[in-house]
Amino acid sequence: MSPVEPMMTTEHARHLQHQMLRIRRFEERCVELYSAAKIRGFLHLYVGEEAVAVGVMEALAAQDAVVATYREHGHALARGVSAGSVMAEMFGKVEGCSRGRGGSMHLFDVATRFYGGNAIVAGGLPIAVGLALAAKMQGQPIVTACFFGEGAMAEGEFHESMNLSALWRLPVLWCCENNFYAMGTALARSESETNLAVKAASYEMPAWTVDGMDVVAVEAAATNAVDAIRNGGGPHFLELRTYRFRAHSMYDPERYRDKAEVERWKERDPITMLEARGLVDASTIAELEAAVSAEIDAAVAFAEAGSLERIEDLTRFVVSEVGAP
Amino acid sequence: MKTTYREALRAGLRDALLRDERVFLMGEDVGAYGGCFAVSLGLFEEFGPERVRDTPLSESAFVGAGIGAAIGGMRPIVELMTVNFSLLALDQIVNNAATLLHMSGGQCHVPVVIRTTTGAGRQLAAQHSHSFEGWYAHIPGLRVLAPATLEDARGMLWTALQSPDPVMIFEHGALLGMDGELADDAGAVEIDHAAIRRSGTDVTLITYGGTLHKTLAAAEALAAEGVSAEVIDLRTLRPLDDATIMESVGRTHRAVIVDEGWRSGSVSAEISARIMEQAFYELDAPVGRVCTAEIPIPYAKQLEEAALPQVPAIMAAVHDVLGRMSTSVDGVPVLAETH
Repeated sequence: MSPVEPMMTTEHARHLQHQMLRIRRFEERCVELYSAAKIRGFLHLYVGEEAVAVGVMEALAAQDAVVATYREHGHALARGVSAGSVMAEMFGKVEGCSRGRGGSMHLFDVATRFYGGNAIVAGGLPIAVGLALAAKMQGQPIVTACFFGEGAMAEGEFHESMNLSALWRLPVLWCCENNFYAMGTALARSESETNLAVKAASYEMPAWTVDGMDVVAVEAAATNAVDAIRNGGGPHFLELRTYRFRAHSMYDPERYRDKAEVERWKERDPITMLEARGLVDASTIAELEAAVSAEIDAAVAFAEAGSLERIEDLTRFVVSEVGAP
Repeated sequence: MKTTYREALRAGLRDALLRDERVFLMGEDVGAYGGCFAVSLGLFEEFGPERVRDTPLSESAFVGAGIGAAIGGMRPIVELMTVNFSLLALDQIVNNAATLLHMSGGQCHVPVVIRTTTGAGRQLAAQHSHSFEGWYAHIPGLRVLAPATLEDARGMLWTALQSPDPVMIFEHGALLGMDGELADDAGAVEIDHAAIRRSGTDVTLITYGGTLHKTLAAAEALAAEGVSAEVIDLRTLRPLDDATIMESVGRTHRAVIVDEGWRSGSVSAEISARIMEQAFYELDAPVGRVCTAEIPIPYAKQLEEAALPQVPAIMAAVHDVLGRMSTSVDGVPVLAETH
């Protein structure tokens, strides 16, 4: 079964392009700010993979839940977490979406049902099972979308979570972002079966392989899957084939892959691929770039103006404070 | 009424399932089988397979599912068959349950209760007999409970379920068959304080869980020798109730800690350090400790018994801190480490 692409309107194409540009330019600014030592710690960039987060988020509704990985700036922005609160988080400020306690790898926003930001590979999958179990037990039409890299598929938690979700027919959309490298280990060097959808399908759930560089294809596949899940179809799995244009993090000499391979993938840049569909004209793109630039300027200003948590408050949020739900 | 520790645990589970429809029990063989140790016997029939939910052998996934369900508005009780199996879920317990609230800047509460069977004494050997509650007590973000009495077996669960944060309950396997009287109206108990189970004036014995009853037996035997021992049941291993410990040590000026965990890096080590920090000038003798010998728990009965804290070793440790005879009691060699 292959998903049918919806009729793409100019307005919708503009929206998708806007979302991808927001992520791309936001992260480019993050690199500058990292060099300027405004951002520290690990910084895992999503550059090249934007179509995955943007396409899947389009398929979700406000009540749905999202669990992501440590490469989640794009997911947070596409989900509706404000650029200011994400940037402030990177700056380690109280105004950050996790009050500066999480940083780049642990963006949280309960208001948009964005549950991290999990930096243990496959560690978020069991949580997605639980969120979906809660929704099912409560009789609510909520879908939980869980993102993870293909590296997670070598973890036991992947297999346990696939099995539980299928066994209990839970409303989960499993989104495997296959960028072909688990940090520096190529897929064929870590998986005996490199057709990842086949692995998922062995758990008796619908599993599709999707061009993760084509945001329209991602949105179509995710929409079909989410509709099926919401209608009681149980978990679905998408292998979204994509590519990381930048290093794994900020400390990666990229000894494990050819520059020529990277260049070949850049020819399939999701942003230029959508442009090539001809639905968004050059002047519109210029408008979007200007809007994105202004949004990011404002986010950086918001982060710069933010406050640092007082050292007296160091030990807060280890246990809940009085009056917590 | 006459009851057992196992029945008291079951009564606590049943009460929680009746009182709050968000509560459900999940774990390996908790349902159709009736619980590996028959704790949840009958609950599957009464509450059905949704709320008394059998899981595959996937400790990490079903503990993580408990965490996710808690975030999603449920009040899960997750049962891990034994403490050794909890190690398969360590990632979820430590990296998620204990961490999400802080990592999210206070947004993401995780009201999950994780129960497991701990301890030795049933000849179950080295993969079913350990006491890892001290490890969990090391972790900020967790609350760690160790019921040692029928009242606590019955009453800690409901209070734990009211916490917005993760709570782990370590039920001692050797106590499951312990019987006694429990008030007909027994219910929820507070979980913030240690309890003085026996008052005394000469020495403070500090313990929890499965060794409480051995410690009380030692205190009884010491009384026959004219030694008045106070016995503190910690009940909660994290956060520790320092005040009750220090108040007692301030009166008796001597302390012995009895801990079924291994000595190195144990709850007993932590308490000893705290007494040194907070009550050093009250002490008339160094703090004594009786812990499990530092070996994987062996199968053979005489070896297992020798490895674990026993009444003679507790008495010997008390004799030590009182400056009395210390190497044997009634001709029985003291094999458990006391130094």
